[in-house]
Amino acid sequence: MAQFKMHLLVCGGTGCRASQSEIIVENLKSEIKNLGLENDAQVVITGCFGFCEKGPIVKIVPDNTFYTQVKPEDCAEIVREHILKGRKVKRLLYEDPETQKHIEDSKHMNFYQKQIRIALRNCGFIDPENIDEYIARDGYAALGNIITGMSPQEAIDIMKKSGLRGRGGGGFPTGIKWEIASKSKADQKYVVCNADEGDPGAFMDRSILEGDPHSVIEAMAICGYCIGATKGIVYIRAEYPLAIKRLKIAARQSRAYGLLGQDILGSGFSFDIELRYGAGAFVCGEETALIKSMEGLRGEPTVKPPFPAEKGYLGKPTNVNNVETFANVPAIFLKGADWFSSIGTAKSKGTKVFALAGKINNVGLIEVPMGITLREVIFEIGGGIKDGKKFKAVQTGGPSGGCLTEKHLDTPIDFDNLIAAGSMMGSGGMIVMDEDDCMVSVAKFYLEFTVEESCGKCAPCRIGNKRLHEILEKICSGKGVEADIDYLKNLSRVIKDTALCGLGQTSPNPVLSTIEHFHDEYLAHVKERICPAGSCKALKLYTILPDKCTGCTACVRACPVDAITGEKRQAHVIDVNKCIRCGACYEKCKFTAIHVQ
Amino acid sequence: MSALILQDCHKKTIEEICIYYKNDPGDLIKILHKAQTAFGYLPESVQREIAFHLKISVAKVYGVVTFYSFFTMTPKGKHPISVCMGTACYVRGAEKVLDELKDQLRIKVGGVTENGKFSLDCLRCVGACGLAPVLLIGEKVYGRVEASQIKGILDSYQD
Repeated sequence: MAQFKMHLLVCGGTGCRASQSEIIVENLKSEIKNLGLENDAQVVITGCFGFCEKGPIVKIVPDNTFYTQVKPEDCAEIVREHILKGRKVKRLLYEDPETQKHIEDSKHMNFYQKQIRIALRNCGFIDPENIDEYIARDGYAALGNIITGMSPQEAIDIMKKSGLRGRGGGGFPTGIKWEIASKSKADQKYVVCNADEGDPGAFMDRSILEGDPHSVIEAMAICGYCIGATKGIVYIRAEYPLAIKRLKIAARQSRAYGLLGQDILGSGFSFDIELRYGAGAFVCGEETALIKSMEGLRGEPTVKPPFPAEKGYLGKPTNVNNVETFANVPAIFLKGADWFSSIGTAKSKGTKVFALAGKINNVGLIEVPMGITLREVIFEIGGGIKDGKKFKAVQTGGPSGGCLTEKHLDTPIDFDNLIAAGSMMGSGGMIVMDEDDCMVSVAKFYLEFTVEESCGKCAPCRIGNKRLHEILEKICSGKGVEADIDYLKNLSRVIKDTALCGLGQTSPNPVLSTIEHFHDEYLAHVKERICPAGSCKALKLYTILPDKCTGCTACVRACPVDAITGEKRQAHVIDVNKCIRCGACYEKCKFTAIHVQ
Repeated sequence: MSALILQDCHKKTIEEICIYYKNDPGDLIKILHKAQTAFGYLPESVQREIAFHLKISVAKVYGVVTFYSFFTMTPKGKHPISVCMGTACYVRGAEKVLDELKDQLRIKVGGVTENGKFSLDCLRCVGACGLAPVLLIGEKVYGRVEASQIKGILDSYQD
C-alpha cells in the first residue's frame, strides 16, 4: 500500500450521504489534484463516525481533526489550509456548546471520551470497500488463528468465557448458543446473520455493515467452524441498499483472498456466505420467523422448542446471531476473553452500541461499556436535551421496550437492570423525549406500529394489540374514562402471558411502563380531559386571558355548548368541563384573548 | 387490485426470473423482489404467472405478497414519496409533515395522485435519525423537513 502523510476520512454512511458527502469526496479529491498533493494526502470514504447530528463529517488523521457540517464549498479551503499549509480551518471545528470553544481533535470531544469502541472499532477508520484496510487492522487474524490452531470446542469455550450476550435484544449467551448448535448432529448446518434491523430509531447494524462488513463475515466464518457449518446466510433488509452493496463487495474480496470458499487458508475448513433479503416485516427479526422468511414463506414465528439450534432453516440446525453480536467476535479472539469480560457489569459483559435519537443534542451512534448510567449517556455523551428543554423520558428497546424516567438516570445500564426497570435493552435504540411529548401518544405510536407489524398468527397479539390501540386512541381523543386505565393494564398482562412469540410478549411494554411512570398523565387525559404536554389535538385546553378579554360576548354567541359565561364588558371564563374543544371561540375572538394550551 | 393484462414480453420476463432461481419456491421472496423491480408492482396477473412457474398455489404467492410491506399490488406514482415514521422522526414532528403532504396532495397514505405524479407512503426508519424528520422522494433524502417547506419541495418536481 502507498504511504500517505495524511488521510481525509469522509463519512459515507446513509445519514451523511443524504447531506451530500459524496460531492464532498469529489471536491476534496479534485482540490488535492489541483494542488498536486496526490502523493501526500488520500481521501477515504469510511463508515459512520457516529456523530450524525453534525454531519457530514470530515476527519483528518493522524492529527484527528474533526470537521463538522462540512459543505461541498468548504472543501477547497480544507485542502489549501489544512493539507497544504498545516493550518486547521477553525470555523469548521466542533464547537463545545458549553464553553463555546473550538475543539482541536476528536479525542477531546465529550461525545467520544466515554466511549469504548469494540463492535464499531473500524467504523469511521477504514474504507469498508477495501479488504486490505481491514486486514491492516488485524482483520481475519482471529479466523486464521482459530481454524489453523484451535479445536471448535476450544473456540466455543473462549466465547463462553467472554460472557458475550446476544445484542439483538434477547441477551442469550452467545457461547452457549454456539455450543448447542455444535452438539446437534446433522449433515448440514447453517450460520445466519440477522440483519433485519427493524426497531424504528435503531441503526447500529446498518452502520456496522456499511462501515465494517468484513468483521461480520469473519465472525460468521468463525461461528461456522465452531458449530460445524459450511454455509452462512445474511438475512438483510432490502431497505438497506448501501449495506447490501458493501457486504457483496466484501464477500467478493474475501473469496478472492481465499478467506471464504473452499479450504480456507489451507486448513481444510470451507465456508461461504450468501445474502437473503427481507421484505419489510418487523416480526422477521424474531429468529423462527426469520427462518420461515428465508424459506420463502410468510414470516410467521413458530413455537420453541424446537429451537433453531436443533431444527432451523430447512429443518437443519441453525445458529442465528445479530450483526452487532458478530462484530464483537473477532475482537474477543484477538484480545482474549479476559479482556472482554473485564469490561461491563457482573452479568453483562463488554459494550453496547446505542442509537441516540429524538430530542437530544448529539444524535448519533455510540458504543459504551455496559454499566454506564443513562445520565452519562444522555447528558455527557448526548450533550443534553435539545433547545434547553426538560428531560422527560427515554425510550429503550423500541416497540418491545419501555420508558425510563428521571429516577432511572443513575441506574447502570445492562440487560438485567433495564428489564427490572420495566424496559429492555432491545437492539439499542434510545429515543429521548422532552416535556412536549405526551406519553399516552407515545404508547399509542408504538401500538400503531405493533398492530401494523403483528403477523396475525396468534389471537392475543392480533386482536389484543388492536384493542389496546383503540383504547389509547379513545383516551387521546378525550373520550377515555378512568376504568380504561385498568382495562389497559389487564389486557396488557393477558397479551404478555399468552402471545406466541417475542413480538407479542413484549408489545404491551410501552403501555405498561408509561402507565407506571406517568400515571398522572393518563389520569389528566381521562379525568380532566387535558393533555399536560399539549400534544393531543382533541385535548387542547382553551382558557380566556382576563387582561385581554373585553367582554364583547362574541365568544359566548359562538360557543355551541354554552361553556362560556361572564357579564358584559367583564372578563369571561370557559367551563373546561363543558368545553368540547371545537375552537369556535378562538376563531371569533378579535382580541387574541383565547389561550390554547 | 388493478388489472394488468400480461403481454408475451411480460410473461417472458417472469419466466426468466423464475428460471434464474431454478423455479425454486424457497426463493419466492427473491423472485418477488426481482419481479417488483421489473414491473414496479405485483398485480394479480404477475402473481398468477409466478405461481404457475413455481408450481405452487396463487394463494401462497398472494399470502407472501400481502405479508411483507415492501411488496405492493398498486402501482406507485412517478415520484414516490415516503415519510419516515420511525420514532426519532415521530418525536421530531413527522406527523405534521405527513398531514401537510396529505393536504397538499389530497391523497391518503398508500394513495396515488390522480395524474399519477406522486404517491404517498410511510416507512419505518431509514436510519438517518440525525436528520429527523426525514422524507424520501424517489431516492432523494430530505432531512430536517418542516411542514412549511412541503409546498416548495413538491413544486420543485415540475415534470
